Amino acid sequence: MNSLRNLVDKIKPTFEKGGKLAFLHSTFDAFETFLFVPNTVTKKGAHVRDCVDIKRVMIIMVMALIPAFLFGIWNTGYQHALAFGLDWGFWDIIWYGLIKIVPLFLVTYIVGLGIEFISAQLRGHEVNEGYLVTGFILPLIVPVDIPLWMLAVATAFAVIIGKEVFGGTGMNIWNPALIARAFLFFSYPSSMSGDYAWIGGLQKAANGGIPWNSGNGAIVDGFSGATPLATPSMEALSQKGYDLWNLIIGTVPGSVGETSVIAILLGAILLIATGVASWKIMLSSVAGGLFVGYLGFIGGATDLPCWYHLILGGFLFGTVFMATDPVTSCQTECGKWIYGFLTGAICVVVRLFNPGYAEGMMLAILLMNTFAPLIDHLVIESSIKRNNKKKVKIA
Amino acid sequence: MSNNIKLKKGLELPICGVAALQCEKTVIGDVVALNPCEFRGLIPRLLVKEGDSVLCGTPIMADKKRPDILFTSPVSGTVSAVVRGEKRKLLEVQIKTDGKQESIDFGKKEVSALSADEVKNALLTSGLWTSIIQRPYGIIADPTQRPDAIFVSAFSTAPLAADVDFTCKDEIKDIQTGIDALTKLSDKGVVVSYRKGGKSPLEKLENVQKFYFEGKHPAGNVGVQIHHLRPIRKGDVVWTITPMMLAAIGKLFNEGKLNLMRKVAVCGPAAMYPCYINTLPGVKMSALQDFIGAYPEDLRIISGDVFSGKQIDINGTLAFKDNQISILKEGNEYEMLGWAKPIRWSQFSTSKTYFSWLTPCRKYNMDTNLHGGERAFVVSDVYGKVLPMNLFPVYLAKACLSKNIEDMEKYGIFEVLEEDLAVCEYVCPSKINIQAIISDGIELMLKEMA
Repeated sequence: MNSLRNLVDKIKPTFEKGGKLAFLHSTFDAFETFLFVPNTVTKKGAHVRDCVDIKRVMIIMVMALIPAFLFGIWNTGYQHALAFGLDWGFWDIIWYGLIKIVPLFLVTYIVGLGIEFISAQLRGHEVNEGYLVTGFILPLIVPVDIPLWMLAVATAFAVIIGKEVFGGTGMNIWNPALIARAFLFFSYPSSMSGDYAWIGGLQKAANGGIPWNSGNGAIVDGFSGATPLATPSMEALSQKGYDLWNLIIGTVPGSVGETSVIAILLGAILLIATGVASWKIMLSSVAGGLFVGYLGFIGGATDLPCWYHLILGGFLFGTVFMATDPVTSCQTECGKWIYGFLTGAICVVVRLFNPGYAEGMMLAILLMNTFAPLIDHLVIESSIKRNNKKKVKIA
Repeated sequence: MSNNIKLKKGLELPICGVAALQCEKTVIGDVVALNPCEFRGLIPRLLVKEGDSVLCGTPIMADKKRPDILFTSPVSGTVSAVVRGEKRKLLEVQIKTDGKQESIDFGKKEVSALSADEVKNALLTSGLWTSIIQRPYGIIADPTQRPDAIFVSAFSTAPLAADVDFTCKDEIKDIQTGIDALTKLSDKGVVVSYRKGGKSPLEKLENVQKFYFEGKHPAGNVGVQIHHLRPIRKGDVVWTITPMMLAAIGKLFNEGKLNLMRKVAVCGPAAMYPCYINTLPGVKMSALQDFIGAYPEDLRIISGDVFSGKQIDINGTLAFKDNQISILKEGNEYEMLGWAKPIRWSQFSTSKTYFSWLTPCRKYNMDTNLHGGERAFVVSDVYGKVLPMNLFPVYLAKACLSKNIEDMEKYGIFEVLEEDLAVCEYVCPSKINIQAIISDGIELMLKEMA
């Protein structure tokens, strides 16, 4: 440790004001603080401070995403093997998944962090850790075959327009990962929807090409790449062979990280146990989804039991990892209940009444991000009014 | 209406170095100093010059705007130096002590026979008026005003705070006299808040309204208590005073002398002998070398507690309002991958992302490291978990930052001082200096009101 510290100390002056590489100061600082908790002491206010910092909060968030990430790698390979009738062992599946998914991560991190570093340097700020999470979520909420240049453009759009123009992490109004996804969805709908988008190589095979590592490139007879969400009725689900266990374990097509209920719940347990994400938002979002799903069920809008909405599509992933983003969700405790409930409810409303647009979670969260400040405002105003009416003890 | 108030939120900081409940000795030192910078918004006018001889109670300076308010010498001796800074700003008036502690004779008085104006005059001429702090804004009270009530907190919950039961146990009679005197100055008298279930000797006090608080820090802060007893709205004025200063006021009337001698806790993880000493406000830290140790340059000496006290160096002085000196090691060391370690055994965190919640009884050797870099507000609900007030601290801070006076009033700038939100600053993962933000907000309010 000491030799590393000495090395860092030795090269540090090069990056400081007046040094040759002073224009890389923020970058150097980011790497230095990554390696070492800085030796800064408190200058104002409380002389002692809690040892938790934003890096710690963000790393816990990333850890919570790891089960969904690992399952996503496996499922990518598994779905591909299924589609092309390949007789693959576990490591073949993992290998294919890695080859498909690692580039997505490379693109989001290189593009996103690149912009973050440049913008921190321009402003003379420290590099913010928030992007570590955004860059990790983004590959998990896109189809695996998304062209990398699209992902790069979407990432740049999300970081610049979704975040940096507002002042960086902590100042943004909408969840940056979802901004990127919405950008992709509306700009390149053909790559983001349809029956062929969700499984590696399927689109290419459907167009007559032979995708990489897919045998003779022939799709198994009768195989449909449609996600369970594309035709949400009990009959359609059973026709395609999706039963409850498929959906809970997550061996179905979908965005990379959203399919496995179990993996997402593992992440949720970590987030709730460490208090990093709000359990109130998660619980109320689930309640909102169940409530509207139940109304739809008894009203005859769907024959799916209400809890199916929780395990289909991106509902759970959005609820656990994105609706709970502390920056863009409500900040008041009462507001969190309202915000979560409406997020879940709107998602299912979109699913039930807009068959052309299967996944409601993305827009439900973005819509509620927009309204979160308003909800907070109302909660605070009413709380202040109530406080003002309270009887004082010393009259 | 119940007199018991239970506060669920708060934080008991598990820091080691609590002062042993024994008084080691009396320390005054050769030189004591008066420091006008301790008082918010004060523009001082100097009343003495170098070489003047003074007694306890001799006026040293006055408030330029409110010349009735005098700051008097805590010791007898001669004025040895007047230290000025940039633009001749008065920084310190040093007084060389003669060791006799002779006081001006203010005359023994029977409080019950005095009128409100007589009490006021006695406090103003003795310099003890400066111990009465007005809320909102935490400035020295305005003698021309009559407050709604005067609040006293009979316990302190701040980290390692001096134990009020111990420091005041022999001064009940004087404190009672102080309360009898101050009762005449307000409409609803004096309100004293106790720790629920504590057996404070101060519970014997009469002629007061009593309330009992239960909870962790900052439940013992008078600001938090006022928030729950009589929230301060626009136009309201209440006063606060500490039991220690009530005792000094009592002695003024009972003995006719200014006697600011107090029991001060010298505490903190880096203190050599955490214990109590008898001393005066203005005592130089260099006189306390026995308790601080031989290498003060590696230490941080704080007049007050580790949350909201003021950093002073070895030539600094104990503030007029304080009865605690906290000593910490400077944490200017790097920690490799500290944020990524699963367990940081030597660090305490309120966050469950670390595991210190598994060892609730452990005390920690804390230092002054910031443990991270400053960021924007990201995690939104951490403040609310430790602040036992119905306020929205993030919104208040944002209103202060944007200098939006209307919002500052709405979100409760009248109700808070820096110390009340210090606990939020401690837990903040974004390392935001919320006390400094609130302080700027209060300065702005004072400027706008003037």
